[in-house]
Amino acid sequence: MSTVMRAEGLGKKYRRRWALSDCTLDVPAGKVVGLVGPNGAGKTTLLNLAVGLLPPTTGSIEVLGGRPADGPEQLARVGFVAQDTPTYAGLTVDEHLRLGAHLNPQWDDAVARDRIDRLGVDPGQRAGRLSGGQRAQLALTLGIAKRPELLILDEPVASLDPLARREFLQDLMEAVAEHELSVILSSHLVSDLERVCDHLIVLVDSRVQVAGDIETLLSTHHLLTGARRDPHTLPGDQQVISASHTDRQSSLLVRSEAPVLDPSWTVTELGLEDLVLAYMSGSKTVDRGRRAALEVLR
Amino acid sequence: MIEFHLDGRSRVSPYQQLVQQVRNALRLDLLREGDQLPTVKDVVASLAINPNTVLKAYRELEHEGLVAARPGVGTFVTRTLADASLAAHGPLRRDLERWLAKARRAGLDEESIEALFTTTFRGAAQEDIA
Repeated sequence: MSTVMRAEGLGKKYRRRWALSDCTLDVPAGKVVGLVGPNGAGKTTLLNLAVGLLPPTTGSIEVLGGRPADGPEQLARVGFVAQDTPTYAGLTVDEHLRLGAHLNPQWDDAVARDRIDRLGVDPGQRAGRLSGGQRAQLALTLGIAKRPELLILDEPVASLDPLARREFLQDLMEAVAEHELSVILSSHLVSDLERVCDHLIVLVDSRVQVAGDIETLLSTHHLLTGARRDPHTLPGDQQVISASHTDRQSSLLVRSEAPVLDPSWTVTELGLEDLVLAYMSGSKTVDRGRRAALEVLR
Repeated sequence: MIEFHLDGRSRVSPYQQLVQQVRNALRLDLLREGDQLPTVKDVVASLAINPNTVLKAYRELEHEGLVAARPGVGTFVTRTLADASLAAHGPLRRDLERWLAKARRAGLDEESIEALFTTTFRGAAQEDIA
């Protein structure tokens, strides 16, 4: 399977703070990839590195097999809709489309006009006077009509109301179906991404906590509840992501390729939101580093 | 043509939900041989879900021999599931109703009945696998 984005030991430091550290990723092509994490986790930094708006401090990043923003050809292959779907407030919708046509060698004017038409936006309207939802749709139109192989969107629906959010994601998915493009989009809400993504990257505190195919992630994580037990007594192939205990009971979220057969546990399957939240809160637990190290040694 | 719905709270994965909805429509005779399923683009545009989810569901249905894809045209139903077993539903339901009445007479409340049914059902399913 080919790769849309590959990072190795990628890091970015602003003055004295690491916004992204030791990021190693392999993102397969033809997917809709969700990048989730709390605000300030490093999502925007990672996406800006991927489009070449920022140079890495350490490590390397490859997008569609090339260096980000390395010449006009690479620029034409990657579309980017930055945070809050920015547009030029003083330009009309039509001027945006003409600008897009001038700047993008593979511009698909028919797709752009058709989308604007369907949205019911007046082409003579200035972008500054559009609603948030319409502005987001205009930015998406530019991203789609550019006909990139990979479209990267930074928190595209964060500022939209639920209806506009739904419409935006519907149109984005329609474009994926029609043009076979790969997509990476970020959000701080898992619920936004659950239906549209098939691949997930969870970023917390400037580090990638977990990444992979969503179905695989769901089938390899289990919630175990049972009589209180020291997590260190679990089999070595069960990695503890988060643990909580009362004086009688233990609840553990474990990652395990094999099914958990120990009859002393009640095993519950997890939803995506629970899984992501466990990684977000579990990034602070102590024993995970130790377990991960054990896993590497095996 | 059927319309798909997704239950966001269900633990059943979206692609499985689509597969089940087609199977149910076939069982209940809502879909018949020759009927077209909604195109991937239409499903995606109405549910805001990943196209791969729809493709995967359609592939599974195709694998089961229930539908066939005609390239450039769409996906069509090739077989129905509303078969002879539909006739057996009535007697089975009456058996189950008798059993439920018996369980209630024995003092089981709804939750206990459900728990008993589920564990028995799972146990039997596991024996089948073994």
